[in-house]
Amino acid sequence: MDEKEVDRIKVNEDRRWRLVNRTMRLHGHQPDALIETLHAVQESFGFLDLDSLKYVAESLRLPLSLVYGVATFYHFFTLKPPGDHTCVVCLGTACYIAGSSNILKTVEEQTGIKPGETTPDRKLSLLTARCMGSCGLAPVVVFDGEVHGKMSSASVLENVGRLLNHDD
Amino acid sequence: MRYPAFLQRIADRADVQPVRILTFSINGQAVSAREDETILSVARENGISIPTLCHLDGLSERGACRLCIVEIKGSPKLSPSCVTLPRQDMEVITNSDRVLDYRRKILELLFTERNHICSVCVSNGHCDLQALTTELGMTHVHYDYLHTRHAVDASHERFSVDHNRCVLCQRCIRVCEEIEGAHTWDVMGRGYLSKVITDLNQPWGESTSCTGCGKCVQVCPTGALSEKGKSVAEMTKRRQFLPYLKLMRGDESR
Amino acid sequence: MTIEELQDIGKIEKEKQEGFKYRIHVCVAAGCLSSQSGLVKEALEKEVARRGLESWALVKGVGCLGLCTAGPMVAIEPDGLLYQGVSVSDASDILEALGGPPVNRLDCSAHLPFFARQKKIVLENCGRIDPESIEDYVAEGGYGGLYSALRTMTPAGVIEQITKSGLRGRGGAGFPTGLKWTAVSKTKSNVKFVICNADEGDPGAFMDRSVLESDPHRVLEGMAIAGLAVGANYGFVYVRAEYPLAVKRIRTAIARAERLGVLGRNIFNTTFSFDVTVRLGAGAFVCGEETALIASIEGRRGSPRPRPPFPSELGLWGYPTLINNVETFANVPPIIRKGGAWFASIGTEKSKGTKVFALAGRVNNTGLIEAPMGTTLREIVFDVGGGIIGDRKFKAILTGGPSGGCIPDQFLDMSMDYESLAQVGAIMGSGGLIVMDDSSCMVDVAKFFIEFCMSESCGKCVPCRVGTVQIYNLLKRITEGGGKPSDIQLLEELCDLVKNTSLCGLGQTAPNPVLSTMRYFMDEYKAHIEDKVCPAGTCHMNPTEESQ
Repeated sequence: MDEKEVDRIKVNEDRRWRLVNRTMRLHGHQPDALIETLHAVQESFGFLDLDSLKYVAESLRLPLSLVYGVATFYHFFTLKPPGDHTCVVCLGTACYIAGSSNILKTVEEQTGIKPGETTPDRKLSLLTARCMGSCGLAPVVVFDGEVHGKMSSASVLENVGRLLNHDD
Repeated sequence: MRYPAFLQRIADRADVQPVRILTFSINGQAVSAREDETILSVARENGISIPTLCHLDGLSERGACRLCIVEIKGSPKLSPSCVTLPRQDMEVITNSDRVLDYRRKILELLFTERNHICSVCVSNGHCDLQALTTELGMTHVHYDYLHTRHAVDASHERFSVDHNRCVLCQRCIRVCEEIEGAHTWDVMGRGYLSKVITDLNQPWGESTSCTGCGKCVQVCPTGALSEKGKSVAEMTKRRQFLPYLKLMRGDESR
Repeated sequence: MTIEELQDIGKIEKEKQEGFKYRIHVCVAAGCLSSQSGLVKEALEKEVARRGLESWALVKGVGCLGLCTAGPMVAIEPDGLLYQGVSVSDASDILEALGGPPVNRLDCSAHLPFFARQKKIVLENCGRIDPESIEDYVAEGGYGGLYSALRTMTPAGVIEQITKSGLRGRGGAGFPTGLKWTAVSKTKSNVKFVICNADEGDPGAFMDRSVLESDPHRVLEGMAIAGLAVGANYGFVYVRAEYPLAVKRIRTAIARAERLGVLGRNIFNTTFSFDVTVRLGAGAFVCGEETALIASIEGRRGSPRPRPPFPSELGLWGYPTLINNVETFANVPPIIRKGGAWFASIGTEKSKGTKVFALAGRVNNTGLIEAPMGTTLREIVFDVGGGIIGDRKFKAILTGGPSGGCIPDQFLDMSMDYESLAQVGAIMGSGGLIVMDDSSCMVDVAKFFIEFCMSESCGKCVPCRVGTVQIYNLLKRITEGGGKPSDIQLLEELCDLVKNTSLCGLGQTAPNPVLSTMRYFMDEYKAHIEDKVCPAGTCHMNPTEESQ
């Protein structure tokens, strides 16, 4: 990596922090900004690492343990870096009735990972969700934020295979 | 009653208003109380015992362990006496079969959750949880044991925490936040995966906010928090400071 | 702004749209968007431009048309034609058919009963207006309710109309809205808050999402009217982060409404101000509980606290706070516009108005529906829902999600209202309806819900934290073939304990699905335990593992 590249990364880093700082400023650095700020961190960095939690705690003048407690209470937040691609299997009621647990099992078998884990090559993270609100299209699987409805084990496998073999 | 800090300043407003005295009955016994006193404290003042676990004089109330539930005549719901205020002519029953049965079952559930084997515990003989079994007449557990496994953190130079003995009463969290003002402790996760943590889930010994005051150890009802180097017989909890603090804080707000 | 100016905005918008001979409505709510309705809209726009019909046909993105299963949906106005399953390649045929016979292969008329049996109040604008255009909402009479509340009514008068209407909370428990508003208005405080609960955590429900995505201004108007009635100047919309489109639409709507002067400072040139802020949830079902929701807005862990004191006295940051659900607020503007008596004339004796349901599961027509209170389950499942997929046998319908219950076929002719549902051990809930056929195992369904409650429990009180795990373990054992006859009694005992001693609504209702399935489908439990057989064939029984 040459120096230019390093600089570029730093600037990008700054830009990502800017969103976080702006969120805290918008809420006047009040304690109630915590959850909104954690959303901003996750949006910028994809996950919450210990350094950013520490930074947020210091900026909002909140106890470290409180910030960690909030970050782990809400399941939307993740403290682990996600893989390049994500596959979210919906386990809401409608999807469950339509057989999403079988879909999940198939994906687990093919990728060898459990929900909440990432493949060793960091290409794919497998997650589950509690209803995406697209129950009319059950069962639903979300690939990289894009909702796919009326899925079957076969069609999910095809998509997973595509993501796993993708080189980007 | 002491509310958590964020509610207390509102509750304190009651102090500038005259406080009414009202009369009601507990187990048929006529009692009188200030309108801002909880049923629990009125009962105790009158020598009526109600079992508690998460309640501790001097700390804010949580109403979470559900052991202090009582029946109120005319209401199908059971009310936690530590956070319920009396009303004029209310009839409270603290010892009906229904209430006693529920309390025993709740205590059983607590025993199934983590590892509470008294014979190998540092707090054996000085444990609030253990004392509750005698008080409630719980002789055995008829649910399956869950026994989730947790690590022991002995990184602090003077204290250690054994999460296997923790009942998640949050006394340590409250004493640390409300009295010591350090807020070293909090809970992570939720539901049955909850766990008390120090700072960013770091080893206690590495905590930057802990003052080492040891109040958390003294208020812990079980052997979850203990002093190092103490034998079972020595590991008594010294809570004398709490009523004193309660009194001081009461003066401050009144 | 005066009422004339408001009406002018509406009139101009209406005339502008009616200037087009044809208006092509493409559903751009989340359901259809995920089946590529965005591309369909683009293709239609391109096709219109290619044919040079820009002044003749208007392509408009609208909210949910209801029949999500047949998406993407396209409606042609003023002909009232409805096309289903439209793809990009259909664009040219649709335009070709304008003014002539419809495109037969996309025809949706087979689903007619789905639309005919409904009555729309909350959803009256869904599928008709562009959710991102405030003018479109105003053209349908929007913000007229707020205007009359502000200029022609007193706060007490507004509450009186709401009380008279008999509207009850649409979030689940069905608490009379008028009473709630009265309680907040009576508490003395300079600062009060109005919170719209859009944290639709019930898996299998998407009413709130659809309303926010299709008609966000209606909710804002309802909140502003509520603010006026109870004396609050600040509002929060607490919405799930899992609904990015709903978040975006409500944010856009707030900005547009502020620019038009119907939200913010000095609304309609009066002294009344009302600001609305969006707060994101972060994936916690328990935050649907009032006190947990408040804790979450304050930036803390979403743990409920014991009530009383109720939020109407001690709410957000200790101030009196009114919390209502999205659908409740959406009912407010029409009540103010048309009067409480009009609303009270719809529905049953104790349950007034309509209810929006999210119909899903094993029915032919899944989607968003609205029916008057008192409609029977049979009408909903077989008329609106079009019956069971593949003509299989109806087994049960689940209402109220993880807090509700399963209703078996002997109650199909029961009327849907708060009291009747409570009588059979279910609840109205927020409106999720999941239909199950004979391929669903009821023990497995009970296990599914208790697993949900177990992982969504905040962990504060002991009965809910540990009790739900115990119930789950028992059901897991039963569905794996290791159940013992004594387990039934143990289940009943634990359910009773959790129901009666838990701190908040989540714990108190968590055993409902287990209790209702045990009540109506005990034979299935017995089959699992005694014969080690799953009648529906869903559970993988492995009796050697732990039996006896």
